[in-house]
Amino acid sequence: MVESALVDWSRLQFALTAGYHWLFVPLTLGLAIIMATMESVYVVTGDEFWKKTAKFWIKIFGINFAVGIATGIILEFEFGTNWSNYSWFVGDIFGAPLAIEGILAFFMEATFFAVMFFGWDKVSKRFHLAATWLTGIGAAVSAIWILIANAWMQHPVGMEFNPDTVRHEMVDFWALVLNPVAISKFFHSVFSGWMTGAIFVIGISCWYLLKKREVRFALASIRVAAIVGIIGTLAVMLSGDSSGVHVAKYQPMKLAAAEGLMDGGKRAPFSIVPGVEVPGVLSILATHDIDGYVPGINNLLDGYTTPDGKAIPSAEEKIARGEEAIKAFGQYRTLKDSDPAAAAEAREILDKNIEYFGYGYIDSRDELVPPVGLVYWAFRVMVGLGGALLLLMFVVLWAEWKKRLADIKWLQWAALFSIPLVYIAGQAGWIVAEVGRQPWVIEGLLPVKAAVSSVSVGAVQTTFFLFVAIFTLFLVIELRILTKAIKKGPEIDKQ
Amino acid sequence: MITYEFLQQYWWFLIALLGGLLVFLLFVQGGNALIFLAGKNEQERELIINSTGRKWELTFTTLVTFGGAFFASFPLFYSTSFGGAYWVWILILITFVFQAVSYEFQSKAGNLLGKTPFRIFLTLNGCLAPLLIGTAVGTFYTGSQFVVDKGAVGNIAAPVISRWANNWHGLEAVAEPFNVAFGLMVMCLAITLGALYLINNIDNDKLSAQLRRSLMASFGGFLVMLLYVVYNLLTMEGFAVAADGQIVMESGKYLHNFLQMPVVLAMFLVGAVLLVAGVAMTLLKKEFNRGIWLAGPGTVLAVMALFMIAGYNNTAYYPSTMDLQDSLTLANSCSSQFTLKTMAVVSLIIPFVVAYIAYFWRQMDKKSLTTEELKNADKY
Repeated sequence: MVESALVDWSRLQFALTAGYHWLFVPLTLGLAIIMATMESVYVVTGDEFWKKTAKFWIKIFGINFAVGIATGIILEFEFGTNWSNYSWFVGDIFGAPLAIEGILAFFMEATFFAVMFFGWDKVSKRFHLAATWLTGIGAAVSAIWILIANAWMQHPVGMEFNPDTVRHEMVDFWALVLNPVAISKFFHSVFSGWMTGAIFVIGISCWYLLKKREVRFALASIRVAAIVGIIGTLAVMLSGDSSGVHVAKYQPMKLAAAEGLMDGGKRAPFSIVPGVEVPGVLSILATHDIDGYVPGINNLLDGYTTPDGKAIPSAEEKIARGEEAIKAFGQYRTLKDSDPAAAAEAREILDKNIEYFGYGYIDSRDELVPPVGLVYWAFRVMVGLGGALLLLMFVVLWAEWKKRLADIKWLQWAALFSIPLVYIAGQAGWIVAEVGRQPWVIEGLLPVKAAVSSVSVGAVQTTFFLFVAIFTLFLVIELRILTKAIKKGPEIDKQ
Repeated sequence: MITYEFLQQYWWFLIALLGGLLVFLLFVQGGNALIFLAGKNEQERELIINSTGRKWELTFTTLVTFGGAFFASFPLFYSTSFGGAYWVWILILITFVFQAVSYEFQSKAGNLLGKTPFRIFLTLNGCLAPLLIGTAVGTFYTGSQFVVDKGAVGNIAAPVISRWANNWHGLEAVAEPFNVAFGLMVMCLAITLGALYLINNIDNDKLSAQLRRSLMASFGGFLVMLLYVVYNLLTMEGFAVAADGQIVMESGKYLHNFLQMPVVLAMFLVGAVLLVAGVAMTLLKKEFNRGIWLAGPGTVLAVMALFMIAGYNNTAYYPSTMDLQDSLTLANSCSSQFTLKTMAVVSLIIPFVVAYIAYFWRQMDKKSLTTEELKNADKY
């Protein structure tokens, strides 16, 4: 029996690693664009000021980069160490993007990172600029591949189950790569990185303004960051919109949980906070049609008929069909050598019910509902903070445009305090995406409890607390080093 | 004709190549093992750290890609070994995690612990990572205790396919002297390569003399371990795949693999000769500092040959001593033909990647690192 404690601790460990990883990655993605833009200005204008400005942010980038790498390697290997059944069951599909990520993106990042840091006097100006851009592009390319992998777990496409090898096998690489969920996820995540980088740069620069130090540097940094940030946030909103439609289509339970929608229907209302609803808006967001049908949690559990007449089975029926699929799979395995005719029959039953295979592991309908409160509030935190931060960036850019930013203290304080908020928004986003798809590690095909490794709960607890200690130590040190480096500043005024 | 079998062999070749490159690039770890041994003062230690510090990400990335490529091409190994030999892999990861942050953190103001602890982390990773990776690879020849039952997926209550058959979860590998010797061999090799790399990359006579002494010691250790490992490898029983697909013990299997695959034997011998030549020339000629460019490629060739005798010629590369028939072979642990083929197309960009790495490596290392440069330029 797979212990539920083992599943919980394994999930907690993965969540911890992924959560910490996403503290460092978005800044890498966003800061890369900002500092590369600054260096481009330097190369075009030849103004040393821009070189020094870029160099300061590159230094900050470097401090942050290492911890992202450290948490990233653990994530990759945790698929094997803690989710070994998953690794075999879907490794045929999932391993490919991970390997491509390494070959295509990581070497690019690693090579050009070293050139960017140590190559100022070793390669030409233009070469160096190329290296800075390529470091950032490498980071974005790596995001493409890991998000293709993640999107496949949310909406599995391009594969077939093979009962002989007992796994899903890739049959269409391009379906995997061009998975619509992957595309919106990529833009949503990468542009949220731009937003993070922008808020970070604006916040720190405003700190200099508050201290009346490095004013030229701060204002110049804010101009670049606010533009990058506004573009990023608008793109986050656009990709978030298409993400919403995809979730409604492929993971309706996640959407229902994120909305706390018990009973759905046409003209479904959007809940701003509990008790405050806007009629019809959820239907618009989910289907781009005010009369669109959005199922609620109860509909999904009881079964319903879609507007185009498709009958969606109830939880019990899905579970029964899943059990039938798993049973037929067992019969196929036992009979395939001794009684090919009976095996073929079992195979037919398996194929007929394969889309509900994962439901066979589910014990009761309650298991199919993700934690509604957490997902509901995480969604509101993400969207609410995203909107507020966009507004803040517009105001900052407007104030700078009017040459008044240096005098508006409250705005400088607001920008400084928005730094933690952008991180909270990012974490909340991943909570919606990942907690919202429980109990599935692969939507409909494999629940988390059938995906874990066979290790003891104690072993996972030990590594969990070890990782908590290590990551927290690194985070504290990074924050201290960042603070010192920021306090020291680019020292452009003194030069 | 590109058959399924060809693709399996091709992917094992790539795994061997990545393995070979990884061991070569462990010169970063080997160099770090010498921070305190060869670096006698702050200036010398800084030189060592900044020399390996400009290459560490390549080693790290090669490790990650090695893992990713193994996942994509032989996923049953990924799930069986990583999920089973849990503690070994976790330990390896932790040493690399500490290494990843230590370069950036060690010399920065506000790093909480001061310089020395981070340098100790680098040194620990420098010794332990090659030792543990080597010990883990040793089990490719001696086997591990695990069972694989793909049918388990049909058992709703206990669907896990691969199970480790003891509670040590990989730590038991150290009970086998061969595995430990293999680990020590890789560790001494990494230090040897580290010393050779630093001699080439740093322009400092005093440090160079100290590094040559370290080189002599590590190479001596390496030779002893190599002889032990090779003797045992050639005389031990190996895990062969019979014509009917059954796994059987065959005495002298790895010797037979060498003899039946003369190209692999030649790779191993040429690799060993290059390695010895690189070290010998460095030790014999004071002004010779290009040893790494002989020993490095030599290492790649020799390590590739070791992977090849583990997996080619009908050999089970990840044997189970619990149940021989559960041993992993290229055929029973690989991805589908479609995935291997798709990934084979992707692999065609590897030469391009190697080329740009080599180009920028040359650009960056035209001049050796000096104390002077560290005074004026960006550094760790």
